[in-house]
Amino acid sequence: MRVMINQIEHLLPEGAKLEHALVALKAQPPFAVAINLQFIPKSNYGQCVLAENDQIEVISPVTGG
Amino acid sequence: MIFTMNMNSIKEQNALSKDDLVLYGEHFSSRLLLGTSRYPSPQILEEAVLASQPAMITVSLRRQGSIAEQGKNTFWELLKKMSVPVLPNTAGCHSPQEVITTAQMAREVFETDWIKLELIGDDYTLQPDTLRLVETAKTLINDGFKVLPYCTEDLILCQRLVDVGCQAVMPWAAPIGTGQGPLNPYAMKLLRERLKVPLLVDAGLGLPSHACSVMEWGFDGVLLNTAVALADNPIAMAKAFAMATAAGRSAYLSGAMSAQESAQASTPLVGTPFWHQA
Repeated sequence: MRVMINQIEHLLPEGAKLEHALVALKAQPPFAVAINLQFIPKSNYGQCVLAENDQIEVISPVTGG
Repeated sequence: MIFTMNMNSIKEQNALSKDDLVLYGEHFSSRLLLGTSRYPSPQILEEAVLASQPAMITVSLRRQGSIAEQGKNTFWELLKKMSVPVLPNTAGCHSPQEVITTAQMAREVFETDWIKLELIGDDYTLQPDTLRLVETAKTLINDGFKVLPYCTEDLILCQRLVDVGCQAVMPWAAPIGTGQGPLNPYAMKLLRERLKVPLLVDAGLGLPSHACSVMEWGFDGVLLNTAVALADNPIAMAKAFAMATAAGRSAYLSGAMSAQESAQASTPLVGTPFWHQA
């Protein structure tokens, strides 16, 4: 199954959950996640099943104005 | 002979020192909000924050791994060390849904309901999308956010933002990062006259005198970044902005004299030596 994580293509097993994708990305806390422009709370990572072509955004704190 | 201040003056001074900025019921002793971007180094950012003691510092979110400063979470560690309230922004968002999702992610990461609402309508001027700003603010407020919207100085826009529940609004002085100072003093003064909620000038300030001016006009605070970060000495400039902001506020509360068209001698004329009646 092909998904995009931060605009980079990743291949994951069918039925993979968001927590698998975060392992593939080696996501470092603190971070937050959105899939297809919808926020996914941290408490849902284990239940959130990914679908083909999902667009996953994993974001972290940076400086801002 | 040196005269000491009388008790009434001291009480007035104390009253000024207790003149907190109140946003959404929360009290802040400073009226300066400081951005955290574009400093020469994290150390200089930290010292600038220490020097200016801002009410809040603005922060943002970007894709993990996209920016070097995210490495080893150095910025995150610095935020925890500085222990200053953070105001996450939605910088770079071009649609209401991008804003809402970014705000929700910011709330989880930074553990705060505060959000600086930025909905960009034009990439060249970074002018906010005024036609969709109000509905976006309303959605965020209904979702429990304390929304500080970055907006233009348009009176009707600001009024509509207040109507949907914004307890403060943040009109620009000039486009972000230009440092031009207030480009439309007439509209800004009118805005101050008409709206009763706290008004924070966000963006476009380049000099401490700009901050002082808008505070003298009755604005409640200023938010700036580039003017400090790109100064030759950001630490000293941060301090200068803090002092100018406080000075402008004190001047506003003190009630300025009305400007006069003709000269009026300040020294008494009665008893002027060598004066001869014609």
